[in-house]
Amino acid sequence: MPRRDDLKSILVIGSGPIVIGQACEFDYSGTQACRVLGAEGYRVILANSNPATIMTDPDFADRTYVEPLTVEVLTAIIERESPDAVLPTLGGQTALNLAMQLHERGVLRRCGTEMIGASATAIATAENRERFKDAMTGIGLAVPDSGFAHTFGEAVGVAERIGFPLIVRPSYILGGAGTGIATDMASFTDIAAGGLDASPVSEILIERSIAGWKEYELEVMRDRADNCVVICSIENFDPMGVHTGDSITVAPAQTLSDVEFQQMRDAAFACIRRIGVETGGSNIQFAIDPASGEMVVIEMNPRVSRSSALASKATGFPIAKIAARLAVGYTLDEIVNDITRATPASFEPAIDYVVTKLPRWAFEKFPGIPDVLGTRMQSVGEAMAIGRTFAESLQKGLRSLETGRFGLGCDPAESSFDAWSDDELVRHAAVATPDRPFQLAAALLRGVSVERLHRATGVDPWFLDQLERIVDERGHLASIGSAAGMRRADWRRAKRLGFADAQLAWLWNAAEEEVRAARLAAGVRATMKTVDTCAAEFEARTPYHYSTYEDTDEVSDSDRPKVIILGSGPNRIGQGVEFDYCCVQASFALRAAGFETVMVNCNPETVSTDYDTSDRLYFEPVTWEDVANVIDVESATGDVVGVIVSLGGQTPLKLAGLLRSGLVLGTSPDSIDLAEDRERWSALCDRLGIPQPAGGMALSAEAAAAVADRVGYPALVRPSYVLGGRAMEIVYDGADLRRAMKEMAASGSLGREGGLAAQRPVLIDRFLEDAVEVDVDAVRDATGAMLIGAVMEHVEEAGVHSGDSACVIPPPTLDAETIATIEGHTRAIADALDVRGPINVQYAVQGGGQRSGGERGDPVVGSAGGAPRVFVIEANPRASRTVPFVSKATGVPLAKVAARVIAGATLDELRAEGLLRPPVAGGHVSVKEAVLPFSRFPDADTLLGPEMRSTGEVMGIDASFGLAFAKSQAAAGDELPGAGTVFWSLADRDKDAGLRVAMRLVQLGFSIAATSGTAAHLRAAGVPVETVVAKVGEESGVDAVELIRSGQVSMVVNTPRGRGPRADGAHIRRAASAHRIACLTTVAAARAAVAGIADRGDRPFAVRSLQEYHAVEQLPLA
Amino acid sequence: MSGIARLPARPRVRAAGLLVLADGTTFEGETIGHRAPGGAPTTGEVVFNTVLTGYQEVITDPSYAGQVICFTCPHIGNYGVAPDDDESRRPFCRGVIVRELSERPSNWRAAESLDDFLDRHRVPGLAGVDTRRLTRHIRTAGAMPCAFGAVEGEGALDPADIAAAAREAPGTEGVDLVAEVTTSAPYRYEPANGAGPEGGAQGLSVVAYDFGIKRNILRHLSAMAAVEVVPASTPAAEVLARRPDGVFLSNGPGDPAAVAGAAGTVAALLGEVPVFGICLGHQLLGAALGGRTYKLKFGHHGGNHPVRRMADGAVEITSQNHNYALADGTVPGADVTHVNLNDGVVEGIACRDAPAFGVQYHPEAGPGPHDARYLFERFRSLMTGAR
Repeated sequence: MPRRDDLKSILVIGSGPIVIGQACEFDYSGTQACRVLGAEGYRVILANSNPATIMTDPDFADRTYVEPLTVEVLTAIIERESPDAVLPTLGGQTALNLAMQLHERGVLRRCGTEMIGASATAIATAENRERFKDAMTGIGLAVPDSGFAHTFGEAVGVAERIGFPLIVRPSYILGGAGTGIATDMASFTDIAAGGLDASPVSEILIERSIAGWKEYELEVMRDRADNCVVICSIENFDPMGVHTGDSITVAPAQTLSDVEFQQMRDAAFACIRRIGVETGGSNIQFAIDPASGEMVVIEMNPRVSRSSALASKATGFPIAKIAARLAVGYTLDEIVNDITRATPASFEPAIDYVVTKLPRWAFEKFPGIPDVLGTRMQSVGEAMAIGRTFAESLQKGLRSLETGRFGLGCDPAESSFDAWSDDELVRHAAVATPDRPFQLAAALLRGVSVERLHRATGVDPWFLDQLERIVDERGHLASIGSAAGMRRADWRRAKRLGFADAQLAWLWNAAEEEVRAARLAAGVRATMKTVDTCAAEFEARTPYHYSTYEDTDEVSDSDRPKVIILGSGPNRIGQGVEFDYCCVQASFALRAAGFETVMVNCNPETVSTDYDTSDRLYFEPVTWEDVANVIDVESATGDVVGVIVSLGGQTPLKLAGLLRSGLVLGTSPDSIDLAEDRERWSALCDRLGIPQPAGGMALSAEAAAAVADRVGYPALVRPSYVLGGRAMEIVYDGADLRRAMKEMAASGSLGREGGLAAQRPVLIDRFLEDAVEVDVDAVRDATGAMLIGAVMEHVEEAGVHSGDSACVIPPPTLDAETIATIEGHTRAIADALDVRGPINVQYAVQGGGQRSGGERGDPVVGSAGGAPRVFVIEANPRASRTVPFVSKATGVPLAKVAARVIAGATLDELRAEGLLRPPVAGGHVSVKEAVLPFSRFPDADTLLGPEMRSTGEVMGIDASFGLAFAKSQAAAGDELPGAGTVFWSLADRDKDAGLRVAMRLVQLGFSIAATSGTAAHLRAAGVPVETVVAKVGEESGVDAVELIRSGQVSMVVNTPRGRGPRADGAHIRRAASAHRIACLTTVAAARAAVAGIADRGDRPFAVRSLQEYHAVEQLPLA
Repeated sequence: MSGIARLPARPRVRAAGLLVLADGTTFEGETIGHRAPGGAPTTGEVVFNTVLTGYQEVITDPSYAGQVICFTCPHIGNYGVAPDDDESRRPFCRGVIVRELSERPSNWRAAESLDDFLDRHRVPGLAGVDTRRLTRHIRTAGAMPCAFGAVEGEGALDPADIAAAAREAPGTEGVDLVAEVTTSAPYRYEPANGAGPEGGAQGLSVVAYDFGIKRNILRHLSAMAAVEVVPASTPAAEVLARRPDGVFLSNGPGDPAAVAGAAGTVAALLGEVPVFGICLGHQLLGAALGGRTYKLKFGHHGGNHPVRRMADGAVEITSQNHNYALADGTVPGADVTHVNLNDGVVEGIACRDAPAFGVQYHPEAGPGPHDARYLFERFRSLMTGAR
């Protein structure tokens, strides 16, 4: 069946900010969809609030709305654009839910917009637990038996009907409180009673527990002629009980016989047909009882998913791209397989390698949150590795994670469990945590049997046997003792099991380079194989490679100059999709300029690891060894111009100094070091006459105290060479400092971050209170010409990590002179570092600010007068997190420009070419707001601080700062209230600053509630306070938490001093987060919110596309 | 309890092995499965199979007689071997080449490890081979004879002898491999689970020619009819004398042109009784109708081949295992009903003036997808319609 000609325009809904459970896999799927639909000639309208995505680059759609993803805003977009269809299946759960709401509210019917990809009925059947269960039972598929109970009597009845073990889940409970597994009636009695008590509606779901069963997923596609295919089977290393997003997963499934697999395949097709997904991809999860083979259906997602992104990368079959084509009417057999270009897409990929996906967590960012894995996903990113065997792919995957490990042990951290007895070790391994693979390896190394570990953990014996092979080989390698003792067969066996040279170097107490040299001398080198969807049955036209240790390479020669772009690895807090955006833009720009681009990355969620993005793709860990392998093979097959290390965040930048000299394109490794090395950097600033906050370095607590005494408190302490403000803290006195130093010295979490060594110095700087933080993104070329991409002003003051702070273009309160000073400093620094490419410089501006109490222009209450002082905080000669935001705000393709400059172009040339257009400077304000994962960690304090904890970002654009800020809050999920009561609790130092903001709220018709201290202060200044609340837990009166829970509060302003869960504030913030009430933890944010509330009034948001914003007045370049 | 308790790991000492193709290309590996003491190199025609699951069914499929199977899926043996999954009484393949053989199988149905199974059935093999390189070589150079064996340890072979054996090994063309695998005497197929055939109620009976028949075919046939299995050489008259409602022509190994007298036998059945052929049986049906068969470069061996059903355009994902095929346009009196979407190979024919049809692929699966099971239903309809 041909494409549908009755459709002309299609609205694609994106997934919004990166959050836990919904990450850049939907940028990948959405980008594919937009490209495909555009190529098919449809007018593509895109809605997505996330500026860091590639899909929101204005090139990918005819109309790109970077607007909040709310039903109201989407309604406005649909009314404005009248699309013929909406495609909701490529933007995750967010898009699916929004489409359902648009359908339910009649918006789609009223506007004549058809839902394509999945019908409302199909979505409702798949998403509703009871309807799904009925549907599956109706077609003869088993689901775990379950029932709801509202009384204890009912609960016992349900339990007797289903039988033990049972899992009890209270309804409407955050964070899994009251959940438990009952193995008999005695334990059930307690758990059920507790659950009924915990549930606000006295309701519990009682379900047959299948914890410990084997878990599988099938990625299925269906077209409108009812052809169905399985794209990929996935088996979880961790048995049922751990969310699949938090599980190590393996493709293809390893321990299913054909009989079992075909049964599952039949069930999957029956499921997709019954649910009624007419076109596109679905993900169906199954569990199998390892003792009997009994199979149950767990759930199905009638849309592309995280797993389908993984399956696409794992097989080379682009599910989202095909799903988009199927949605507009094609059938699978009408679509050609991109990779073979000779066979149709109506087939099931055969793969001849093993893919392992490993999650990456960020528990170290959330003190007090146990790192125990369960049914709620907690990981923030993932890495995928390809090897010819599971052992090889597992070890490659572990080193892809960049947690300081290069595989399964053979590193200093392997002694972590030495203090435990065998029994303790097995007991710990029985609880799923990020450490489980290492605990299993340690147990096997001690001789604990596979059988025992299987019984304790439920991990399939086959996987454990593979771990044992690695562990056995480790013993063999240790007994050989040195690189000199290794014969060719030994090298080959070790490398085929995935051992990194770095592991061998540790084992033998040798240098990694020596190990590599000895191995190469023995004739054992990495060979590059190809992901081709067909296990080599047909010729592959797409150079999508991975390394392994086999006989021959499959990399072909090329005659164009090649640029290798190193990607950013797994998403983590501090390094996410923004860097993938930069790498992908670089690849596009350099391809257009005639280079052959070679991408190296290991993150399956990303656009960079789409085989369509670059001329060649190596799905490889971004470590020195793996990158060196790529450089070797690419150098052998053509002319490598160089390697780009400055667009993928810290991951590739760390490798700059290790690469062969002259190979690093752009800014030199020495300049990179100059900016990173504290002493060299300080000396440089002194020479340039650019003020820095007073500071110093220390290796001990005593030395740190001496530095702090010299610079004064409060002081900012942080380890060097870290990402995302890891372990960064503001200390207010000597005791505080000693505590912070002690925490940093303790290995544990710090050791996880990029192999940070404990002996790295700690940096101590005077913390600039009440300073405005400013970010600058710029590009400098080899002639010294500079492009200032943007000067961004942060909403929250210095002290809140820049990644967690809202930021604004153009700066709302900085005066022209200050901006000129900042630009001047930026030029001077870039010149001094001889930057050839992007640079980001952060400043703090103290004094003389123009921060207002809701009305712009008012002087800041209580601020020191005088001229503003500009301090430089740090400079990074690489692309920053804000590059995509700047591009979307100004219309300048900053990442493309940076990439071309890195590869040798001058800014003048790029202007002449038309790539570098003048920035759009007037007419609108852009606000970037951070999105934090507190709903996943309900016990974590929501207070913002110097350690970054946001997972994603959104952007609000509108005519005024207030409106743009209000949009950014709505996009982040914290819609600002139009009326109601605002609860205030201010730290002493914020009380004066808060006055004017509170007064403005009263003028806008809000009532004020406050804690007694704050209330007294507000009342003394004439601000009426309606409700005064008691301290949390105090006997008399309503306390703040109760007030918030009662639903009487529409917004919370709570600014504490210091951090930690010790005070009232933590309870207040947690309650606000749990009840999804906007909670502002700085006066600056409150001020911005009030501006938003005032500007918006009671009007709906107006929507406008990026293309329209970028088409308005363009100022000449400075 | 899962299979593990019964199947403790049994690591074997493996010897370095060598695989040499007829064109002299060599591959390193290590010996697995059976190792004949002081034996000669193992020879056979090397073909690759791309299934991700179902190695046991493949290894026990008699159609692999005379061949050495290279699995493209790197981990083989993961879930062990379960007697219920055997496709015949024993493996007929000459050898097995894998990248990685699992020593500790894991599945609740597993009765033994693949290594033990191969040893017990005297099937030698090599593990550790760059099977992707081997597959790519076969893809470009075509399926060809090979030889392999141990080159270290007791009874180690001289690599030159292995190479010579590879050069001298015969291919499959013109060789009647069916004689090696067919049943020696007729027998009535009894389903393993003891349940009587549903078809019994309708009183249908089928005579199945055993050119190397797979058990899964027998299971499907016996679900609709009483099944009598007869040797490949059984004359048509003898079959017709049993007054069956239908005659089934099974799959089998090698060159259809080399199966003595088969085409003539099939020709004699046409019009007398409904006929259904699978794989070799389909080729013989075509040959009986005057069609020509030819050898594909490396054949179709896998579980993921898309086939278009011409009647309604639907796509079936099919299980395939054949090196020979019917040449398109050479079968007068038959319509092409199914076509391979990868390469256009004829995958199914239906006789225009007799109740007879055949498919090149394997609707019985075992291993592979169940998409084409309806074909057995079609056979039943032909039989009931012809009554």
